Amino acid sequence: MQAGRISIWFFIGISLLVNGTLITGAGIGEIFRPPANPVVLYQLHANIWWGALLLVCGLSSCIRFAPGRKS
Amino acid sequence: MTPWLAVLLATRLVRLSAVDLGIVVFYFALVLSIGWYLKGRAKTGEDFFMAGREMTAWIAGLSFLSANLGALELMGWAAAAYQYGILATHWYWIGAIPAMLFLALVMMPFYYISKTHSVPGYLKLRFGEPSRALSAISFACMTVLMSGINMYSMALVMKVVLGWDIHFSIWASSLTVAIYVALGGLRSAIFNEVLQFVLIWAGTLLIPILGLVETGGWENLKLQIAHNASPEYTHLWSTLGSFNNNPMGIHWTGIVFGLGFIISFGYWTTDFLVVQRVLAAKDLRSAKLAPIIGAGFKMMVPIIVILPGLLGLAVLPVKLTGETSAVANGGHSYNEVLPLMLARYCAPGLLGLGVTALIAGFMSGMAGNVSAFATVWTYDIYRALLNRKASDRHYVTMGRWCTVLGVLISVGTAYLVMSFASIMDYVQALFSFFMAPLFGTVVLGMLWKRATGPGGFWGLLAGTLSSIGMWAWVKVDPQALRYVALSPNARDMAENMYRALWSWIVCVLVTVAVSSMTKPSTDSELHGLVYGVTAIPYEAEAKFYQRPWLWAVVVSVAFVVLNILVW
Repeated sequence: MQAGRISIWFFIGISLLVNGTLITGAGIGEIFRPPANPVVLYQLHANIWWGALLLVCGLSSCIRFAPGRKS
Repeated sequence: MTPWLAVLLATRLVRLSAVDLGIVVFYFALVLSIGWYLKGRAKTGEDFFMAGREMTAWIAGLSFLSANLGALELMGWAAAAYQYGILATHWYWIGAIPAMLFLALVMMPFYYISKTHSVPGYLKLRFGEPSRALSAISFACMTVLMSGINMYSMALVMKVVLGWDIHFSIWASSLTVAIYVALGGLRSAIFNEVLQFVLIWAGTLLIPILGLVETGGWENLKLQIAHNASPEYTHLWSTLGSFNNNPMGIHWTGIVFGLGFIISFGYWTTDFLVVQRVLAAKDLRSAKLAPIIGAGFKMMVPIIVILPGLLGLAVLPVKLTGETSAVANGGHSYNEVLPLMLARYCAPGLLGLGVTALIAGFMSGMAGNVSAFATVWTYDIYRALLNRKASDRHYVTMGRWCTVLGVLISVGTAYLVMSFASIMDYVQALFSFFMAPLFGTVVLGMLWKRATGPGGFWGLLAGTLSSIGMWAWVKVDPQALRYVALSPNARDMAENMYRALWSWIVCVLVTVAVSSMTKPSTDSELHGLVYGVTAIPYEAEAKFYQRPWLWAVVVSVAFVVLNILVW
């Protein structure tokens, strides 16, 4: 579904890309400065791998549905 | 006591870091940007109210589901899962899937071929102006009232969970919705709903994943729930043989006929809030596929709603209670189970995304309400009853102002509820009065060509009044519960289901009786509106895997298998 030239999936890609970057960054920061009150299963570092997953999905969506790109 | 819990109990439920706040602020900026970007594409009535009828099946289907997936839906049903166990899943499976498939395969052709812009609009075509006026006015009033109640409840949750000022929560979220819907109309609402749908999953899916890791898988989770609560909490059907054998106090007849047939069909097939999304599809095949896609995802929603509630029963070190007890004793209520699980597993960043998911859920529900309100007010009340001859541009302007007005009325309702909390119970009951009879009227209108205009109107009115009458009867005399709900042990949910069933039966009987005494419409008058006198286009050009019936069969098989797995 195109809105003019920009697809809804491009907006979603932007959202996942930005959120994934922030979450992964926060997770990496926690490795260097461990929190005083860690969450349960902190040792799994969910924010790093979940953030990375969102980042990859977001980046793929941004590239695939970039404005002006022919689908 | 674990360190994370000590921190929570000492302060508010969760405390957001700078990264979390950044994620929330970015979300608000993005939804406003989408509204701003789409404002140039909402110039005609067809664009503003129907999104140009150009949505693909996927966009319409995800939006159809997202409009229903509000924050209160997320937190309320997670709370119900903690309180009643896996029985809460019935509202996602039998309470939704058959109705969504029925909408797709049976009802959608008539909504779509008639080119109606709303459900009251269909009633006008089929039964005449009185039926449209009755359903439009009741829908418009109830929609903004419900929107206000949801707004207040959400602001209350934000206060409890995040410590946010209740006025700030109400105004920030409602003005954001007003701006992006008023700018871009239904297209903007739908675009944001799809974004919100993705964010809801991204923000909450980690809870069941990490919860199952902590408990050691589904089988171990069942053992822990059996130990902490009762083995009945993990059975969907096997405890429904008696009102007394399950935590909800309900019988299988109430679930199958009350919830699975009347309430769910009433909501999913005639509530314009959700049907409007499907009417925006680009062609009939997409309009039929959209509810089927929605049904496929609806079956999976228990993963992010019911499972966290069940996990809460197994892993939370504190016992959650009802709202009254929680307030009196300073503990946590059932309604806080989802935020508690979010706080348990989600470190900075993930917590912001989880909170964004809750806000997104609230805003998608509210945008659904105000866009549906604007359409029904403009087309079915203002144009039909007050100003028939204005230009298309005038109606678009009216729609934009209605969006803002609808939000302001919702805010007013939110403040009214803040002062008189008991209003909430009454308005929620009021909303339920209209759904079951409306389903009776619409389904008879589509499937029985002998139904007449007077039959449709008097059936709808009688069904609605009988529902109100039964509710008032039980309020005045609680002993009446044994007649309305077939058992003195029935709880509120069971009462709602049986009341819906009786009011639907009253609606159907009165419609049939009055129709048989009044003059029938001719076939030419019913063309495009009723089964038997309407040629339904066959998707001859579509490949077999593109045909709606195939995917309806796939969803049906998955539905049956899932129910058997947790029988």
